[in-house]
Amino acid sequence: MSGDLLFGVELAVSGLLVGVMYSLVALGFVLIFKSSGIFNFAQGAMTLFAALALVGFLPRLGMGVSILAVLAVMVALAFAVERVVLRPLVARPPLALFMATIGLGFFLEGLAQAIWGTQPKGLDIGIPDTPYVVGGLLLSRLDLAGAAAAGVLVLGLIVFFQKTTLGLGLRAVSDDHEAALSVGIPLGRAWAVTWAIAGVVAVVAGVLWGSRLGVQFSLSLVALKALPVLIIGGIESIPGAILAGLIVGAAERLAGGFIDPLVGGGVKDFSPYLLAMIFLIFRPYGLFGREIIERV
Amino acid sequence: MAKRLGLVTLALLLVGGALALIPSAAAAQDKTVWIPMLCYRTGPYAPGGSGFCGGKEDYFALVNAKGGVEGVKIRFQECETAYDTARGIECYERNKEGALVIYPHSTGIMYALLERATRDKIPLSHIGYGRADAADGTTFPYAFPFISTYWSLASAKVRFIAQREGGEDKLKGKKIALLYIDIPYGRETIPIMERLARRFGFEFRGFPVPPPGLEQGAQWTDIARRFRADWVINRNWGVSCTVPLREAARLGFTREKILGVWWCGSEEDVVPAGEAAKGYLSAEFSGSGRDFPVIQEIIEKVHGAGKGNIEKERIGTAYYNRGVVEAAITVEALRGAMKKFGYPVKGEHMQWAMENLNITEARLKELGLLGLVPSLKTSREDHEGGGAAKFKQWDGTKWVGVSEWIAPYKEIVWEAVKESAAKYRAEKK
Repeated sequence: MSGDLLFGVELAVSGLLVGVMYSLVALGFVLIFKSSGIFNFAQGAMTLFAALALVGFLPRLGMGVSILAVLAVMVALAFAVERVVLRPLVARPPLALFMATIGLGFFLEGLAQAIWGTQPKGLDIGIPDTPYVVGGLLLSRLDLAGAAAAGVLVLGLIVFFQKTTLGLGLRAVSDDHEAALSVGIPLGRAWAVTWAIAGVVAVVAGVLWGSRLGVQFSLSLVALKALPVLIIGGIESIPGAILAGLIVGAAERLAGGFIDPLVGGGVKDFSPYLLAMIFLIFRPYGLFGREIIERV
Repeated sequence: MAKRLGLVTLALLLVGGALALIPSAAAAQDKTVWIPMLCYRTGPYAPGGSGFCGGKEDYFALVNAKGGVEGVKIRFQECETAYDTARGIECYERNKEGALVIYPHSTGIMYALLERATRDKIPLSHIGYGRADAADGTTFPYAFPFISTYWSLASAKVRFIAQREGGEDKLKGKKIALLYIDIPYGRETIPIMERLARRFGFEFRGFPVPPPGLEQGAQWTDIARRFRADWVINRNWGVSCTVPLREAARLGFTREKILGVWWCGSEEDVVPAGEAAKGYLSAEFSGSGRDFPVIQEIIEKVHGAGKGNIEKERIGTAYYNRGVVEAAITVEALRGAMKKFGYPVKGEHMQWAMENLNITEARLKELGLLGLVPSLKTSREDHEGGGAAKFKQWDGTKWVGVSEWIAPYKEIVWEAVKESAAKYRAEKK
């Protein structure tokens, strides 16, 4: 393989792998939007909260028990959010719910740092940094593990939303809160379950991103990476989040590798948003989003 | 009802009167000077800001605990900037009245305050950061980039690389990549690196990282697999300092050829990278650890008295020690200003003292600072006062010194400083 071709393939492959990690963060947004119609601005803060809780528990409890403890914390948090933040806002405009999640995000960031401190911490999940060498390509073990974890999670979520009564109920809630209530779906419980699942996704994202970047405030900024993914994939589509994550990851790295050196940089981080803008113009509901037709 | 209202009014008047009396009573007892602290203890850069400010405040607390400077106590109070330039300007405007010195604690804020502070006659102390041509005191009378500017540091790094490679002649043909966060601070050393590349014949290329720099895979694949750099200079900030270490490990690039700017050389930058940080090198303008008399004195007299301004376990970390060093320089300048002008001390008095500093090794020993900071001699022309840098390596648990103080290529740096300062003067005419 020629030097440039190998370089391009290496960029594309590593981009696809990191794209799966973007998808993981985007999934949290998708889940909550899919079942409650809320754009959860606090998803990044939830990722930070989960990761900080994990490294906070680790010295005393060990990895296995710590993960279980964090899952329990995130489920408890979900029920608290439903009770304190969401329930008073039932039947309010979506903008009110969105604003509430902004406040929730700041609250969680502050609370997590107040409890576990602001100092960056390492998170060793036992996967070494050394790469696999396959046909001259270097493949990160951590990225491969992240892709595998995301794959398992996505399969589980697809089955949950397509095949289980609870999952179907959550989709009904997403379509119309009041109609769902009228056929006996408990709205409060549905929201709490959704937020709990998003909390579980935040734990997985927090562990994988925390092991890459260290556990620190910047983890909450990872959510920024999810925004173009959501626009491209469709904000309520789980397969869309996965495919768009792959597109964004690969496009970002290829732009960084081939266009940035020609123009002095900057295109790499801009390219996902450029793609998202193109989608907004020509396919505003994304690759797999549902087109909603409203009577005006 | 009227009686009750009267009693409440009387009580309020008494409380108000008592409160009004407190400051004047305190002022009568203590002579003080005012130093506002523009700090950032929140947001993504909080680990750096809290350490840098905490170190300074602990040193001031130590000075106060020992009776102040010639009996004058240092009054300091934080204003939170969150490392945001707009908030930094706001903090400056709210706190500048009577201020002796301002620490911008951000290259962006330093740029924004340069002309304001000059107009208000308040010196800016920006140790190891800020615009490098501010070393020219004749052009920038109120800016003080003590010990080493970014340009001096960049040239000291090249000298260090030359030492590691076996001599300056060995630099020819080598490839040095500058991985920089794409903000003014990150771009600051590009002109001097280009000069150094021309002088020594190495190939230099910059790789910008858009902030916050969470993902640097494309840059690193390029650096390690296409450009094939011999050395990489890590000029990032916050989490973007840590990311390169993991990326390099993933691509099998040795960390012993990655050389960080001092703002990428703290414990906070390497601990999150775990094993991937082992062998990583960084520049430094202060000593590491607690093994200095002044640090021991702070532990005993400040934290021992429950008056610490940071968690005790962070004492002796890189950011903390840098804070102590900058505060110690300020206090030496304050001492010089009081000796010449007496009390009260004004901003212009401090400016004079800051450009007439002569902190010798003997004086450093008296202050318990020997080894923590190089000797420093400033003048009206030279506000940097030295330019040397030390280098250290992360062994997996702590920083270990790997060099003595390394001098910059002064003639190259000062040629660039003079040219840039002249350009600034021409723009301001």
